[in-house]
Amino acid sequence: MKVLNIVETAYRATVEEQDDTILWLSHNLKKAGAEVSVLLRANAVNYAVEGQNASGLSFGAKKQTNPVDIVRDIKDMVAAGIPVLLVAEDASQRGLPDDRLIHGVEKIPAGDLPQLFDRFDHVWHW
Amino acid sequence: MTAYLYIESRDPFDSADSRYFPDLVKGTRERGHKTTLFLVQNGVLPARKGSQFSDRFRELAEAGITIYADDFSLAERAIGAADTDSHVQSAGMDRLLDLLLEPDTKAVWH
Amino acid sequence: MSKTLTLALMDAPYEKAASTTALRLIHEALSRGHNVNVFAYEGAVNLTMADQKPHANPVKGTSLEEEDHPTTKEWIGSLFELAENKGATLKWINCGLCVDERGAGNWIPGPVRGGPPHFVAFAKSSDATLVIPTK
Repeated sequence: MKVLNIVETAYRATVEEQDDTILWLSHNLKKAGAEVSVLLRANAVNYAVEGQNASGLSFGAKKQTNPVDIVRDIKDMVAAGIPVLLVAEDASQRGLPDDRLIHGVEKIPAGDLPQLFDRFDHVWHW
Repeated sequence: MTAYLYIESRDPFDSADSRYFPDLVKGTRERGHKTTLFLVQNGVLPARKGSQFSDRFRELAEAGITIYADDFSLAERAIGAADTDSHVQSAGMDRLLDLLLEPDTKAVWH
Repeated sequence: MSKTLTLALMDAPYEKAASTTALRLIHEALSRGHNVNVFAYEGAVNLTMADQKPHANPVKGTSLEEEDHPTTKEWIGSLFELAENKGATLKWINCGLCVDERGAGNWIPGPVRGGPPHFVAFAKSSDATLVIPTK
């Protein structure tokens, strides 16, 4: 079963979840036997940028000792054989330079999305 | 032949991203797939006759895309039959379910 | 012939229109004798929480009885009854980790605890799968 998971709402509950919940789910679905690819679009294209840092939070005396690390999670997904793509126009509109993107993330023009969708049994827009 | 069912729940007046989904719908149709756009929740708001998105519905319909709007969402927003864009048909959950369960259909909610 | 529909739900109750649409779709499918699988992820695990209580409405001045405030646990309980009456199956998985972090483990009869592998199994065995995301 080939699944394309589209992620478009970034930084939603990442701090308390210690993950992006859909990236986490995608990795989990892959482990459960689905052939998963991830497409980052809209503000979620920013997940592909090196240097994200959500550390340093504390509330009262309670510190966030194990903060979310989206860069690590994207790299782990790529290493696990999960293709991670991003919509090229969404990245360029947001001024994301190519040399700041995580190695292994593939850019795809927006106009090619219908063709991309044809390669999957399911297209799940999260 | 693969069919695509795109379900739009978002209000295009609310987002600078409002071209994304119609472009996707049209691009899918251009690849020869049976393509349906089903508006639901605040996604039905542009289906009111005279909205600034009328041209968009005409363009999609002329491309061979069937456009439905959820009957409950229309009624909840006081968009009656006479108020609804001529390219948009009112339909209920029964129609949505039929479309979902059609063989070889990919359903994409936005 | 009966078919099987799988839904992934994410929204917490009392907040988003998508919860209503999802319940309507489930009702329609079960009414026609189709089987429905639900994977409740994130806030959607709260849909079936047993401790939900109806309330009076001080703005409208209605009593508890007059208001007859719906709860999602009652609606979903009613959908389980509908499934039984129609000879259809409603399988409802609450994502276990989502339940734990929300303290949402006390739910009505019907749903069971599970995780993403159940969703994969649902999707593989269904005629259609629809993800209804949160925003």
